[in-house]
Order: sequence, then C-alpha cells, then structure tokens
Amino acid sequence: MKIAIASGKGGTGKTTLSTNLASYIAENRECILVDLDVEEPNSGLFIKAELLHEEDMFKKIPEWNESTCELCGNCQTVCSFNAVMKMGKMIMVFPEMCHGCFACSELCPTGSLPMKSKKMGELKSYKSGNLNFIESRLIIGEEQAVPLIKQTLDYVDANFSEDRITILDSPPGTSCPVIEATRDADLVILITEPTPFGLHDLKLAVETVRQMGKPFGVVINRNGIGNDGVEQYCREESLDIIALIPNDRLIAETYSAGNLLYPTVPSVKNAVSHIESYIEKINEKMKRDTV
Amino acid sequence: MKEIVVISGKGGTGKTSITASLAYLGGEDLIVADCDVDAADMHLLLSPDFGNPEEFYSGELAVINQDVCIQCGKCQEVCRFDAISVVNNQYFVDSLGCEGCGYCARVCPAEAITNERPGVGQVFVSNIRTGSAMVHARLNIGADNSGKLVAKVKKDAKSLAESKNKTAVLVDGSPGLGCPVVSSLSGANFVVLVTESTVSGIHDLKRVYELVEKFGIKAGCIINKADLNPGVTDKIKGFLDASGIVLLSEIPYNESFTKAMTNGKTIVEYDKELGAIISGSWEQIKELCEI
Repeated sequence: MKIAIASGKGGTGKTTLSTNLASYIAENRECILVDLDVEEPNSGLFIKAELLHEEDMFKKIPEWNESTCELCGNCQTVCSFNAVMKMGKMIMVFPEMCHGCFACSELCPTGSLPMKSKKMGELKSYKSGNLNFIESRLIIGEEQAVPLIKQTLDYVDANFSEDRITILDSPPGTSCPVIEATRDADLVILITEPTPFGLHDLKLAVETVRQMGKPFGVVINRNGIGNDGVEQYCREESLDIIALIPNDRLIAETYSAGNLLYPTVPSVKNAVSHIESYIEKINEKMKRDTV
Repeated sequence: MKEIVVISGKGGTGKTSITASLAYLGGEDLIVADCDVDAADMHLLLSPDFGNPEEFYSGELAVINQDVCIQCGKCQEVCRFDAISVVNNQYFVDSLGCEGCGYCARVCPAEAITNERPGVGQVFVSNIRTGSAMVHARLNIGADNSGKLVAKVKKDAKSLAESKNKTAVLVDGSPGLGCPVVSSLSGANFVVLVTESTVSGIHDLKRVYELVEKFGIKAGCIINKADLNPGVTDKIKGFLDASGIVLLSEIPYNESFTKAMTNGKTIVEYDKELGAIISGSWEQIKELCEI
C-alpha cells in the first residue's frame, strides 16, 4: 500500500510526518520511505541508515548526428517545447527544455536524432532495521523534476513488494511534480497548518486530490497556532481529520537539530499511532473492495 | 529599475510574510510580483482587488475524438508519459499526465487526436493596499508550465514598473530548484534568501544558492527562527561568510508571524520589535541594490 504525504504549501511538515511515521511503522514491520521532493530532499537528514546502493539517474534526450542529417527540419516542426531548432545548417538541441517525448527522434526520416542518456540526478537506497529509505536528488540547474520522480517510483516498484507500507514524501504545491508523486498512491495524507496560508493551500491540495479521485485525509500540524479556519473547512467538506500535532517549541527545536520527534515527544507519538491505525483501516477497506 | 527576488529553497521559512513586509515598507515605490504561483499566498496579506484578469494559455493537451478513433492503439504506444489509457476499449487522454508534446496526434492514422490549448491559469494586475500594484496569478490544478507563468508574471510586473517609473520590482519567488525558480531568478539584480535555523533550512539554502551562483546574482540572507538552534545558525553564518552573502538580519522564533498573518497584516504592521528588524534589512537591501 502506498501512502503519499502531500501539502499545497511548503514547510507544513511533510518531511516531519513522513520520517516519523515511516520510522514508527518500521518498529514493528517492514516499511519503505521514499523522498520524492527531488528538488530539495530533506528526509535523509532525519533518517540514520546504512547506504546499500546508489546509482546515477538518466533522462533521454536527442543528440544530433550531423553526418546522416538531411536538414529537413521535421524535428523542429514536431517539437512542442522549442527544444530542437534548425539554425542554418545545424540542428541545435536544448536539453533543459526537452521533455523526452521522443517525437523528434522517432519521426526523423533519417534517424539522425538518436536518444542518448543524460544524467539528471542520483538515487540512493538505505536500510536501517525494517526501514528501507530511497532518496532521489535532482542535479542543480536541471529543471524537470517529473522524469526523476517517475523513475524513482519505477525503481521502488521493481525492487520492493507491493504489500509493504510505502510512504511517499511528495514535493510541495499542486502542479506536475506532485501529480506525478501521488499518481500511484492508494491514500493521500494532506498536512496543513491552521493559518490563512495553510487553509488557502489546503483547499488547492484538496481540489487536486479530488480531481485525481484519491482517498485522502488531513493532518493539522502546529495545532493551536492560528485560528480554527482549517477545522471549520474540514467539517464543512466532511474531510477526515486523522490527527492533530500541537504547536510546540520543543518540536521545532528537536526538528531543527535533525532528530525524529516521536521517540521524545508523546503528542507526536500519539499522532503517528493514530495515523497508522487510519492507514490500516483504509487498507482493510481496500482489500474488502477488491475481493 | 531594479529587480529584487525573495526565495527560500525550503517552504515554510516565512518567505511570503517577509516579502509582504518588504512590499509594505517599499510602498508606492515598488511593483510587487507573486511568482510563487503554486501556493500564491501574498494576496492574503496585501488585499489585491483582483483587477484585469487575463487568461493564461501555455502548452497543449491531446484530446481524442471517440467518433473518429479506430482503436489502433498507436497513440498509447508512442506516449512516453503513460497519459493514454484504455477503458472499455476506448482510448482516453489523462489530462493530468499529458505533457502536450503532440506526438500521439502526429502518428494517429485516423486523425482522431487534436491538440487543444486549455487555459492553465489567470494573471491579475491588482491595486494593493500599500498604494501600489501587484501582478499575481492563479494556476489551475495540476497545470503544467508554471515556469512559463512565472515568466509572464515577471514580465508584466516589469513593464508596469517601467511605465509607472517605479524604482523596483519585488518578487516573491517560487520554492524548490526546478523550472519555476529558475524562471523567478532570471534577470534579477538582487536575491534575498530567507532561511531558517534548522538542518533542512541550511541544506536547502546551500542547494538553492548554487543556482543563484550560476546566475551570478548578488545575494543577502535573512535567518528566520535564528534562536531555535544556535549551532545551526552559526553554521549558516559560516556558510554566508564563505560564500560572500550579506547577512541581512536574524529574526527570533516568534509566533507574531502567524498572528500577523491570521489578522491579514504584515509583520511590520503587527509587531514593532520584529518590524524594526525587517525595516533594517529593507534599508540594507536598498543600499546594496542602489535604489
């Protein structure tokens, strides 16, 4: 079962929840944590584990073969992203603009734009007890996060069985990287904070998961800090509030040092245990529905 | 006319609250641009009137005409984004997955696929309560190309600033390291990095600064929640020193950020002590930018 931890807004506690929940679950059974915030992966700062495997991740981009090219310009015509351009007697490829659709390459009448691998990031796989932790990291200056997220999820599917609990720490926002990260999730947990910013961005996130047709629930972090707008909204929309994590300077301090919270902060332990039960409930329901 | 961009790498550092405060301090001299289009929150503090909405189009989306489709499956075969699925023998395009490359339409033997240009969001030029104007946007859920939308917001803000003879454009930048933030940074004269005294804060600051360095932009840094973890704050200061980044200010961990936000106010309006710190930073920024 895959659970994506997402939020419309950054800094609401996605990584805090992902790392604490995964570590808590792993105390009793095997669990996988995947950091899909490939632009700024932070989960690894909280998980102390042994590095088992690392590999470079590549995307495919076209490379011009001058010797066979007849300069027909079809590649430029078919590229929707201005990533391939005919300039005089040259075909220029702009790798950072390429989405890797293969159209220019496969529709080239002379096969002069073969797709070649270009490094876009790195994947690392760690293990600590029952917890497998996978992290991908985009090279700085590389603009497209989606291909790396997709390949990371493929790696997880290829290497781990589906019956484990997999926690996906998603990127923030509501655009393409989040969609990619939550696409395969069986359940989405939206984490927010009880402030006007939190509420505004939660609404966007709710619209997103509804459009994707995913079951989801809400966790309110820093509870007590702002107002009751978020709770009111959840009530009006009949959304499940799975857990509340209180606003507490001790939590902020523990987090600031890169430490997990649930071993020392009882309210967080309580929250992750609630969330685990909620996940179990959804899991049971899914099993019943598929029978 | 100068362009000042505020970014943070990591979400939740107080970037938008600080940018709104700078906008308040700059008053009529500034045009404000909210380029955090994924989680655009600045309107909650600056009360724009959502004037002059303009539909924003970018990218394309494939649509299959079921009456013409011969179910050959060629489209699904060439799609590298797994955006075409089969339900009851009919081929459908998943609008959230489609990158709009147009490859499927080109290979469809029945010419059943057309490319549409859906509106992906709206751009507004609004009057705000600081006596100036703000360019901001609303990106539709799951919409692609927020990089292009960011470029549009910045371009409109710049031309407005030029036509109104303003001294600067103040940009609330996008989070992360991918295409929207690259777009936020291009053309900037000065970057304000907002970080927080946590292990994630310094990690993301270092990563995002690599990008700033590539652009060769002068930078200053505001450390928020600076007293949360003195050890981390010292490390951040060491990094700033070594990288030639000006330390603009250290703001203590303070719930006024949330309280001001909950009241729809900027921090400078709400909290005198914090207000004085941010005013000091604003004076420094003006000096460094020569405005």
